[in-house]
Amino acid sequence: MSTDMFSTSFDTTEGKVYNVSGGDWETIQGGTPGEKSRMVINMGPQHPSTHGVLRLILEVEGETVVQARCGIGYLHTGIEKNMEFRNWVQGTTYVTRMDYLSPIFNETAYCLAVEKLLGITDQIPERATTIRVLMMELNRVSSHLVALATGGMELGALTAMTNGFRDRELILDLFEMVTGLRMNMAYIRPGGVAQDLPEGAEQKIRDTVKLLRKRLKDNKSILVDNPIWMLRTKGIGKLDLTGCTALGITGPVLRSTGLPWDLRKTQPYCGYENYEFDVVTETSADTYGRFLIRVEEMNQSLNIVEQALDRLKPGPVMVEDKKIAWPSQLSLGSDGLGNSLDHIRKIMGTSMEALIHHFKLVTEGFQVPAGQAYAAVESPRGELGAFVISDGGTKPYRVHFRDPSFNNLQAVSAMGEGGQIADLVAAVASLDPVMGGVDR
Amino acid sequence: MSEEKNLVDPNQNISIKDVRKGAFGPSEGADTSGFGGLVTVVTSRPAAARPFGGWFDQVADAMALALSEKGLSFEQVISKVVIAQSDLTFVVKREHLLAFAQSLRDDPALRFEMCLGVMGAHWPNENNQELHAIYPFLSMTHNKRVFAEVTAPEADPHIPSLTGIYPSNNWHEREVYDFFGIIFDEHPALTRIEMPDDWPGHPQRKDYPLGGIPVEYKGATIAPADERRSYHG
Repeated sequence: MSTDMFSTSFDTTEGKVYNVSGGDWETIQGGTPGEKSRMVINMGPQHPSTHGVLRLILEVEGETVVQARCGIGYLHTGIEKNMEFRNWVQGTTYVTRMDYLSPIFNETAYCLAVEKLLGITDQIPERATTIRVLMMELNRVSSHLVALATGGMELGALTAMTNGFRDRELILDLFEMVTGLRMNMAYIRPGGVAQDLPEGAEQKIRDTVKLLRKRLKDNKSILVDNPIWMLRTKGIGKLDLTGCTALGITGPVLRSTGLPWDLRKTQPYCGYENYEFDVVTETSADTYGRFLIRVEEMNQSLNIVEQALDRLKPGPVMVEDKKIAWPSQLSLGSDGLGNSLDHIRKIMGTSMEALIHHFKLVTEGFQVPAGQAYAAVESPRGELGAFVISDGGTKPYRVHFRDPSFNNLQAVSAMGEGGQIADLVAAVASLDPVMGGVDR
Repeated sequence: MSEEKNLVDPNQNISIKDVRKGAFGPSEGADTSGFGGLVTVVTSRPAAARPFGGWFDQVADAMALALSEKGLSFEQVISKVVIAQSDLTFVVKREHLLAFAQSLRDDPALRFEMCLGVMGAHWPNENNQELHAIYPFLSMTHNKRVFAEVTAPEADPHIPSLTGIYPSNNWHEREVYDFFGIIFDEHPALTRIEMPDDWPGHPQRKDYPLGGIPVEYKGATIAPADERRSYHG
């Protein structure tokens, strides 16, 4: 018996229980070889294969997971509470930080809900809507690239990881060109988007799409017929349609059961009914199927990006109502992004009304009629719902996000129990949880 | 609140959720802005009258039929139907929430297979219904959405848990319990989910402070966001 201060033991009716934090198991246990023992293992929250700060509490017998439970909350930052003290436009800078791999989706869901309350859904300019679609689909590709990259890394496919992050960088460069920021852009605003595409952006996006098509093909070929990859993912993390419905699972996991449920098709928003694309499904309901879905969805997203570029017509990118439209005209000043000096000169010198609107909107914000609204978009991980309550003031009374990662993590027990620890890692990776969205 | 009651038409089946005075908050000292006499009444949304229009009537009829098979009348279960922003919301009495949800899921004409969670809201000045739980339901069969809203008084914050009917609500209800203190009866493990287990209070309630610290810059301090004097419209 060890006298290590970090490993204590006590007797229970079910046998001896050991608390261990490091050290050699046999030395601690005193060596009764062959004795059947159940271990409770704390995997995470700091573990490279748990997608950020997810904590898995596993009861294992040997290598077999008997019970798997999730511990979350390590990344809770009180975003929803904080938003109640900022105005409606400032809210976009908060929501964009929730699921940090799909910021554009968070912003769009939030803005769609706010616009629903404002009653201006039909007044959003065509160009703004098209840019939203364009950005969302680029974001879907970058998010799926991370899903495949980290998923590959967790199963030991490091080339898939480096390739995925390399190609994601191409899209982040596009985001930086359009919004000024690689992540957390707060680009989609209630009423439209923060600013128009910069000059030359369309050509740059087309070039990148072309390059990405080639890269995605290469990335796919690394894994798709790879016998090791197939052994690690086929038949792993099974969850059939009944399970998905009961647990409220949406997104690629639901589509891997063969159900073509994609909000872009079934309940179109932002004009998705005008784009031609396929809803990708598989019937294997396993990790490999979800991998194939993500790979093909990226190609479909690139198709949508090209269609969106074709549809782009010159026009305003912000709603006409001057009491809502954010008045800034951003330009690249000596201090990075700032208000265009020409714009300031114009409103200060020539338009008293514009100056008043500018002052009111920036200091107070606009009022949103009292009520509540829910808007959902198909994020890379499933249904992302924004629930918004207004009390008629210039700040949200309450904002809640129905984040798909939060909901989908409930499936870890169903997917992982009875399998091996290594397979649980593959199953969690196929859910693609992002803890920023889970904990908010 | 008594004089504000006159501002509300009693026939609309609406309740006063909140009354704001002035245009700036939180109030500290005299309001010199000239808006001090401003009174804004926030009411609940008015009840919709038949016909609701579109498929809303079909859903309501199917629900009435399904409830009658359980020996309940529509009015017994649903205190109000709200239609706003082209969404249909049933305001359900909490004692009948389970019957309502069971019908919503199982009735062939309804078949709302998924409950997409639950959102809490806190209206500290809404008499006897301070706590709200709002449920979005999705029917993949009929490609429709409806919403249900349930209220509970702060003094008796109990709402039946939907986990028996929609297991997906497990974590969502834990979250609402964690942040609002609504106790979902019959929930299999109603523990905190985002905050630490030993956290005191329920942080998303309106009377719970934000917990910010003053911003200090070159000797001057600015109060945390919830204590700052700011425009609330």
